[in-house]
Parts: sequence; C-alpha cells; structure tokens
Amino acid sequence: MDWLNAGVQGVLLGGQYALLACGLSLIFGVMRIVNLAHGVLAVLAAYLSLVLVQQGLPLWLAIVVVVPLFAALGYAVQRGLFNPALAQVGQDAAGGARGAGELAPLLVSFGVAVALTNLLQEVFSADTRKIPTGDLASAGLPLGDLSVGVLPLLTLGVAVAVIAAVQLFLARTSTGRAMRAVADDAGAAAMTGVDPKHMYAVATALAFATLGLAGVFVGMSTQFSPGYGDLVLLFAFEAVIIGGLGSLWGTLAGGMVLGLAQTIGAQIDPQSGVLAGHLVFLAVLVVRPGGLMPRSVQA
Amino acid sequence: MNVLDVSGLAVRYGDLTAVDGVSLSVAEGETLAVLGANGAGKSTLLAALAGMHLPASGTVLLDGAPVTRVPAHQRVRRGIALVPEGRRIFGSLTVEENLLMGRYPKRPGPWDLRAVYDMFPLVAEMRDRRGGVLSGGQQQAVAIGRALLANPRVLLLDEVSLGLAPTVVAQLYDAVRQITASGTTALVVEQDLDQALRVADRVQCLLGGRTVLEAPAAGLDRDTVADAYFGVSHHPPSPR
Amino acid sequence: MSRPAAVPTITRGGRGSLVGGGVMLLVVVLLAAVVPYVVTLGALSSLVMLFALVILGTTWNLLAGYGGMVSVGQQAYVGVGGYALIQLADAVGAPPWLAVLAAGLIGAAIALPTSYLVFRLAGGYFAIGTWVVAEVFRLVTMRIDGLGGGTGLSLSAFRGTDRVERVAFVYWFALALMIAVVLGTYLLMRSRVGLGLTAIRDDRVAASSLGVAVDRGRRLVYVAGSAGAALAGALVALSTLGVTPGSIYSVSWTAAMIFIVVVGGIGTIEGPLVGAVLYWALQQALAPLGTWYLVVLGVVAVGVVLLAPRGLWGLVAGRYQLFPTGYRVGAVAPDATVARRAGE
Ligand SMILES: Nc1ncnc2c1ncn2[C@@H]1O[C@H](COP(=O)(O)OP(=O)(O)OP(=O)(O)O)[C@@H](O)[C@H]1O
Ligand SMILES: [Mg+2]
Repeated sequence: MDWLNAGVQGVLLGGQYALLACGLSLIFGVMRIVNLAHGVLAVLAAYLSLVLVQQGLPLWLAIVVVVPLFAALGYAVQRGLFNPALAQVGQDAAGGARGAGELAPLLVSFGVAVALTNLLQEVFSADTRKIPTGDLASAGLPLGDLSVGVLPLLTLGVAVAVIAAVQLFLARTSTGRAMRAVADDAGAAAMTGVDPKHMYAVATALAFATLGLAGVFVGMSTQFSPGYGDLVLLFAFEAVIIGGLGSLWGTLAGGMVLGLAQTIGAQIDPQSGVLAGHLVFLAVLVVRPGGLMPRSVQA
Repeated sequence: MNVLDVSGLAVRYGDLTAVDGVSLSVAEGETLAVLGANGAGKSTLLAALAGMHLPASGTVLLDGAPVTRVPAHQRVRRGIALVPEGRRIFGSLTVEENLLMGRYPKRPGPWDLRAVYDMFPLVAEMRDRRGGVLSGGQQQAVAIGRALLANPRVLLLDEVSLGLAPTVVAQLYDAVRQITASGTTALVVEQDLDQALRVADRVQCLLGGRTVLEAPAAGLDRDTVADAYFGVSHHPPSPR
Repeated sequence: MSRPAAVPTITRGGRGSLVGGGVMLLVVVLLAAVVPYVVTLGALSSLVMLFALVILGTTWNLLAGYGGMVSVGQQAYVGVGGYALIQLADAVGAPPWLAVLAAGLIGAAIALPTSYLVFRLAGGYFAIGTWVVAEVFRLVTMRIDGLGGGTGLSLSAFRGTDRVERVAFVYWFALALMIAVVLGTYLLMRSRVGLGLTAIRDDRVAASSLGVAVDRGRRLVYVAGSAGAALAGALVALSTLGVTPGSIYSVSWTAAMIFIVVVGGIGTIEGPLVGAVLYWALQQALAPLGTWYLVVLGVVAVGVVLLAPRGLWGLVAGRYQLFPTGYRVGAVAPDATVARRAGE
C-alpha cells in the first residue's frame, strides 16, 4: 500500500520536474547553452509570486503577472548576457591566454547564479518559505485507498499542457520552424531572413516563461529558500538526461523516473530520497552506451 | 538599370585580404559567372554580397540603394538570396520545411512550393524526409529551391557542382539554365567552366581576390580563361 | 597559437619573465621568512586560506583552461580531501603533513574511476553532471558510520600542540604545498602532455582527429586537478580543525575557483594567482557585509567574461610572463610573413 502510494506520488512529482526541465532543455536545444542559473531563476519566480500573494493578489493573478515578466526577463537576459557570451564562442584569442571562448556562456550563467542566489539571500534571508495556497495544498482526491493530492495532479496537468504547447509551437508555427532552423545552423537561417539573435531571445523568453510557471508551482508545493535553486537545477537536469535528449516528452518520462526513484528511495529510507534519485541518474549514465551527446531540438 | 552594383569591395579575414578591390555589376535578367581557382576569393565575395561577412571597404548597391553594411537576414528580405557553398540544408527539418524557410521573408513573386516541386520532381517526392538524409545532389536542389522561394531580385549560387557526380551536375545546371532563362538575375560562382559557360551571359575571373578577366561568355576561349585562372598573363598571349 | 611556417627566432619567456621570476622569488622569500614574524596568528590562518585558494584556482584552471572542462563539482574532492585528512590524522594516526599528501592521493584515486562516469557527458552537461557527483559524495559521506553524519568531524591530532607552533606549521606547510602545486602545474603544462593539451585546446579540428590521445590527456588533467582540490580541502580542514559536510562539500568552493580563474585569466598559470589574491582580498574586505561579496563576485565574473575575457592577467600578459609555457615568436622578418602567405 505504502509502495503504491510512493509510486503514485513519484509519478506526480515527475510532472513538477518535467515542468522545471522544459526551459533547460529548450535553451540547450536551440543555442547549446547550459544555463546554470536555471534553478535559482525558478526560485526567483517563487519569491516574486510569494511577494505578490502577500500583497493581496490572488494566486492566479500572480501567475498571470510572473509568467510574462519572466518572458521579458528571458528576452533581456539573452540579448544582454547570453548573446554577447555566445559571440565569444569560437573567438579564442590567438596565442597566450585565450580567454573564456567556448566556456563563456556557461561561466556567465554561473556568475548570474551566484549573484542571484546571494542577492535573494540578502533580501529574503535563508529561511524557508512556501506560497500559501489555502486548501489547495492539502486537498486530495480519493483514488481507491489512496489519496491523490490535487496540487501535484494539477502540476502534472500543467506540465503536460506546457510540453504539448511547446511541441506544437515548434512543429507547426513558422516561428517554431525558424527556431529549429536556427538551432541547426544559425548562419544558414540568417540567409533565409531569420535574425538569429532575435530568435535566440524569443527561445529564451519562451523558456523563461515556462520556468517562471514552474517556479510558482515549486513554491506552492515545496519549502524553498534561495539555496534551493541548486537542487532545482540538478533535478531538472537529471530529468532531461534520464529522459534522453531529444523530445520534451522524453523529459516528462525522465521526470517521472526521477520522481519515482526519489519517492521509492524515501520509502526505503526516509533520508535517502534525493540520493536515490542521483544514483538512478548515474546508473542511466553508466548504462547508456556511448555516452550522451547533446542533440538539438526536434519537433 | 543594374540590379547589383559592387565597387572596390575588399573583404578581410584578420590580416588576410581575401577579396581585394573587386568591382562588378549585374544587369536585370543577366547572369554573371564568377570564376577562379581554389582560394581566389569567390565564396568570400558572395558571403560579402549576402551580408554574411561584412567588407572592410567598398560599396554594394542593390537596385541603386546601398546595402553594404545591412546584416544578412535583412538583405534577403530586400532580395539577395544566397545558395551557400556546402548547401547548408537544415538537417533536422524536413525537405518541405527547408523550402518553407525560404518563404520566411514573405517576398511576393513567381516562385512558390509548387513551382519548385515542378522544377525538381525528385525533391517533391522527398518532401517529408529530413534534410540530413538527402544525397548531395538532392540537398543542392533543396538549397536552390529554398533560395528561389525568397523570390530574390538577385540569386547568388556558390559552386553548385561541388562534390557532385557529373550527371547530377548536368541536371542541376539544366535547372539553373531554366531559372536564369526565365529572367531571374543571377551571379553564379563556379569552378566547372563548361557548366558556367552554359548559363552565363558574362564572365568575370578572380585571382588572389582581384579581377583578372572580364569578358562576354559567348565565344570565350577556354585557354584565355584557363590562363586567367592560374595567373598567366594573357596579353601578350601565353606561349601555350 | 598559430605558428608561422617560417620563424627566425623562437624563445620561451624573455626579459619579462626574468623580471617576473625575480619578483616571484622575492614574494616567496617574504612570505616564508618575513611575514610569519610580523603578522598575527589570525592573519597567518587567513593566509593559509589564500594558499588553499591558489591551489584551488590553479588546479581548476588545469581543467577548464587547459582541458576545456568546466567542472562545477570540484567540491567533491575538496570534501574528500577534508574528510580523508581527519580520518588519516586521527583514526590512522598519520603525521599531519603526510595525511595531507595522502589525502591528495586519495582524491586522485577517487577521481580516476569517477572520470569514466562524468566523461560520458559533454560540455555544459559535464558541468552539471560533476555537480550531481559532488552531491552524491556529500550525501554518501553523511551516511557512512563514523564520519559524524550531518555535523561532521573535528580534528584532534593537534590536541596538546601549542597554538603558535600549530599555526606556524600549517602556514609553512601550506606555503610549500602551494608552491609545489603551482610549479607542478607549470611543469605539467611544459611537458609533452601539456603542450599536446595546449595544441588541442587551440585547434578543435586536430583535437577530434586525435581521439584517444585527447581522452587520455583530459583524464590526466581531471585526476590531477581533483588531487589538487583534495589537497586544498585537506589544508582547509587542517587549518580550521574540522569539517562539516555542508561547508566542505559546498558548491561555493567551485564558485571561488571559477571566479579566481575567470577574473584572473583563464588558461594561464599566472591568472589564478592574481585571481586568488583578488578573491581573498575581496572576501576579507567585504566580509562584514555578509554575502554581498558573493553578489559582487558574481557580477564581476559576468563582467569580466563579457568585457575582458582574458581576465586581469590577460590585460597585462604579453608584457610580462612569469611562467613561459608556450613558445613566443621573436622579431619576425618581413619576408617570413610573405613566405607564410605564399605557403597557404
Ligand atoms: N573563415 C575564414 N577564415 C580565414 N580565412 C579564410 C576563411 N574563409 C576563407 N579564407 C581564405 O580566404 C581566401 C579566399 O577563400 P574563398 O573561400 O573565398 O575562396 P574560393 O574562391 O571560394 O575558393 P574555393 O574554390 O576553394 O571555394 C582563401 O585564402 C582562404 O584560405
Ligand atoms: Mg568557395
């Protein structure tokens, strides 16, 4: 019985991880940037919505504010930080010290992560918080002998909807097609009239929008603090890798495997949930033949 | 009225001047072939015309308006479309999606999907395949179709024949001939002299980034061109 | 580093590096023979931290600057080093200096099998993968009996030792270790392996065609870099007399390494020295402001990557070079340039 419960909770938790992972894999897929600030940005979204809710806004309205705000933030971050960092890739200075070169985007995102984490710490302290959701957090639906939480179910539903929407966007719209073209060959895309810098920024805006949404859901279900972003990043990353690089549906499956590993691990030993998730991730790394070479986005 | 007017164009890679003061013009409906040996600067010239690599000096006029420093993605919207060296098909997009990328600038004109499929029936059969799995000749056809769908004022073709079997090259040049014969203004870079002479009205030969020969294609002597290729002075005529 | 086909003179270093070498020697003599007698014990302990930072930066630079691998998980080895030191010194009873060196070896021994795991990930994925590994190390450490769980361990080997004697010992030992690590890194980069790595770093195409050799070089660098992190972790534990899993396995060690290398100048031996001094000074100066210094560091790191990608050392390099690892071309005759053009 407890095991079944752990299984159901694990699958639902996977929804949250997949929602978090969506933006990470989109940014990587389009411009090969691994955004190390991904986790703390989700936590930023959680704090923002917490503040808005504390100001008396209803939660849904907070989401309506945070998501477009994050899209705008994504556009600006890409234009102001990531694009200049990308411009350094392949521009290694000749002779002597070569500069950050290929590592520039990674290093920039790490700098952002460090600065933002500690800024949140100064502003909000290291205490853990949670976004108040009234009855939602504790509400459950009876399923046989089990009680399935409404909030995790809702999160999974949102994750599925977001992934479906992003996939449809990439597959069916001309902007989505252009985004895939830029991911394949930015120069060739420019020859067809696509401005790669703008398209990168649109991709990051989309990624940040999903990330903002994910952050709010994390804030509703989990006790978070500024440092929690580290775990968020690792979980999102593990979901992407376990699911196999390629489609976002794979990421959803990966999130569920990770969620299951964590809840079942915690069932065996309450202290070991997170560790069990990490170990499953490492096991996947070992088992996959030939290692994992990142691929670009696919419709 | 010239569609394209280029004067004194110089393009550098660091210290290396790959295109060194080239001037050329292409009139409406005309086809200019730019010839030259490996490393003569042909691709660099086209890249500069398409806005992929901005020149150090010189000017590029499109229909009389300066576009010298306009970035590539805006230049294609204005009507300069490039079929790049190496084709650069989007490997993860289907053939049809690759072609539709050509429609991205939404320029009006005679070329639509149907017209391209009529010209390259083999491409039409492949429309749902991913670009990455096509053969070189098929990719080249897709690259040409993609550029045509932008309905360009001037079409830039860079070494259509590169790495392809002679029969495939001949087929592709049949298509290029149809395209240019239908009135499309084109600038064709080619190492295969015979194919170039089939489509060109005029020929311009580059060596070391400079123009060494300009002549009408009709009645052009092969030896003259060959000499220009390798930098043998042709006046007085070479002893060979 | 593109090397001209025709080169009249090739030199390593030159007058700049002679002057630089002299300055370095002077600094070392001052640190060894003068500083300990004129500053407080507290200041000496804080200098030990500086030496540890130099080791951390130098060895992370080995990974990122020469091996092209951004690890965000080097705290794994800082932690292993710290715990190993305390276990060796307290449980086994090894003398502290030996325990530190052995901790470095243990770090290397653990890094070797780990490399087979993390090398399955490329680029940015490698970065997060190493971080996961560090988390696993921390969580496993907390579960091993006798390692103190969440509270960690404290070092008792120095119990009964006079404080002055202890601090002085740790100081000189740390200084010697730092010099050894920096010189060792320098020699490694001058060796065949190092020059090969530099060539690989500068020419990606050649790198992919060399396959196996590249992998072996990168693995060597990963193991050596991790040993360095373990040595630094051991020093930290020796100086602070204990470890807690939360702090010795903290990602902020890696944040420090990245800052030191990026701001100092990536891919040079001198850069991390400059970066470590700056990081240490900022930390000392801004400590009263809480974690604001980390906000500042993050912003500065972003700014340096974008605006001065070769780091502070890059701004002066060329004029001085303390550790000539690459070859430099002296006065190139004009006709050599012509020859190069023609050759291409
Ligand atoms: N990206 C680049 N960086 C540096 N030099 C380059 C670059 N591309 C081309 N060059 C150099 O510029 C010169 C002209 O090259 P370009 O590719 O324009 O010649 P090409 O006439 O197209 O030759 P090919 O027939 O081989 O395609 C050559 O010397 C080449 O080595
Ligand atoms: Mg060419």
